[in-house]
Amino acid sequence: MITGPSTDPRAAQPGAAPPKRRGTELALLGFAVLVTLVAQAIVDLTITGSLRPDMALFGGWITGLWAVAHLVVRKWAPYADPLLLPSVALLVGLGLAVIHRLDLAAEQVDATATRQDAPVQLVWATLGVALFVVVLVVLRDHRVLSRFAYTLALVGLVLLAIPAVLPASLSEVNGAKIWIRLAGFSIQPGEFAKICLIVFFAAYLVDKRDVLALASRRVAGLELPRARDLGPVLVAWALSILVLVFERDLGSSLLLFGIFVVMLYVATERASWLVIGLGLFAGAALIAYQVFGHVQARVDVWLSPFEYRDAAGYQLVQSLFGLGTGGLFGAGLGGGRPDQVPVAKSDFIAAAIGEELGLFGLVAVIIVYLILVERGLRTSLIVRDAFGKLLAAGLAFAIAWQVFVVLGGVTGLLPLTGLTTPFLAYGGSSLVANFVLVAVLVRISDAARRPAVPAGPPRPALGDAPTEVVKQ
Amino acid sequence: MTAEIVLQIFRFGFLLLLWLFIFAAFRVVRADLFGGRAGRVSSVPPRAAAAGKKKTRGPRTLVVTAGPLAGTKITLSDQPILIGRADDSTLVLTDDFASSRHARLTNRGGTWYVEDLGSTNGTYLDQQRVQGPLLVSPGQPIRIGQTALELRS
Repeated sequence: MITGPSTDPRAAQPGAAPPKRRGTELALLGFAVLVTLVAQAIVDLTITGSLRPDMALFGGWITGLWAVAHLVVRKWAPYADPLLLPSVALLVGLGLAVIHRLDLAAEQVDATATRQDAPVQLVWATLGVALFVVVLVVLRDHRVLSRFAYTLALVGLVLLAIPAVLPASLSEVNGAKIWIRLAGFSIQPGEFAKICLIVFFAAYLVDKRDVLALASRRVAGLELPRARDLGPVLVAWALSILVLVFERDLGSSLLLFGIFVVMLYVATERASWLVIGLGLFAGAALIAYQVFGHVQARVDVWLSPFEYRDAAGYQLVQSLFGLGTGGLFGAGLGGGRPDQVPVAKSDFIAAAIGEELGLFGLVAVIIVYLILVERGLRTSLIVRDAFGKLLAAGLAFAIAWQVFVVLGGVTGLLPLTGLTTPFLAYGGSSLVANFVLVAVLVRISDAARRPAVPAGPPRPALGDAPTEVVKQ
Repeated sequence: MTAEIVLQIFRFGFLLLLWLFIFAAFRVVRADLFGGRAGRVSSVPPRAAAAGKKKTRGPRTLVVTAGPLAGTKITLSDQPILIGRADDSTLVLTDDFASSRHARLTNRGGTWYVEDLGSTNGTYLDQQRVQGPLLVSPGQPIRIGQTALELRS
């Protein structure tokens, strides 16, 4: 009996291996590290006139962090998309610089204020990279995730529900009940729930999309689904309403529902789901506006911020003033007064960037997000399995949606929500969770760009292959 | 005065740096879209050349002669051809009688062998059920479910 030829084309034809582009990734990561260090240096030189004493340590730490991430990708996801990691590195680096800049501003105003948030954020970023590594090493094939879809859904729901159930003293910060606060630590479980639920949505929709896409009636040029197929979208809607009611968090509620509707649309190619989703959302929004005081307040501030400039609208008004002061080119890092905006480090970091780097800087940041999202959607297009496609699209859309909602809030386009700017804003849960999200995206993009033939687990050798024929 | 100049250099220099990063990233995006980079282009000719040399005698295409995919042609190279319902097969069948990894055609020195990959309903060469790898000559029908294939030179 002959043994079959190798099925690995790379082994057969050494010249034919597709490009892995790890070199490109390394070069761009180097660039991102350079931008990070330059930003830190500019902040320090502008504000204090000298470099910070631990600059070398900081530089070494940042370089080491991304070097480790790169090496892990090189080893465990060699075909991964070369732009995902550098985009993340740039955003994290820029965020660190702006947070450090706001630390310094707080110090100037009040010399006794020694609360340093930038080092904390650096620790969180380190933890994020560690989790990134763990995900890449443990998760060798993203399709494995679909097997745990229902487990992950349960985990996601529990994570989502914990803050609602906990007493307010353990879960409430600034009116939003989305935290778990224990022993000086506070985490936002919703950020992790988001990823679990996206995985579940993807697995669920792969199973059910035929039913959701095919059984339909045509009404007024729109393919409407049957009433009983509305179940899942109604459940997602009810879930996000529950989040809104019990956690008083507009952001997570909007994020969850938006992700589900868009994934439904991607899975079924039916625009009617978007229309139905928008309709449900509009209905819920109207009722929420009438019933909940905090929603009403936010909408009022959104519609006429300057009327409430001394109270609820103060934050938004300061943010708009900051953006206006920044103008086209900004005041320069360390040259503005972004600390005038309350909680500039987390929710309003985009306002700080807009003030100090101007429209050009803010647009650059948005384009980096755009690159990140574009690579995610491109991964979704080229990956060969339906689950991977939906998962990548969902993860990429989650980033896009979050950036849109946050920047819309900061610039006054949308009512303010409690979402964080991914990778940029101060906040451990958000940063770490988004690192996990990107790790999954890197894993899928590795599968997508890997040469077609040896995809999947290695097939058993011909001699070990199951031969059902023998049963005859 | 000099401090002011330095600040302005910082201010515009950093924006420039930020946009240079975007420019570099866009070059990668463009290379991916249009395949303009050397690595990708150079990988194609050797494969074509190697394939051309070997196939002076052997069959050149795989043609689907019956079934839902009838008329489909696949140009043969050195690479094995996977047939089945799995998305990553070379020939993706939408046939209820086909398994997800049904059969494989492999090239050994210009001649092609068909082997069954443990399918439920079997692969047939002419009327014979494929058990081990079997030599396929041009024109000989391979049947998988409702689909029939043959090699043509």
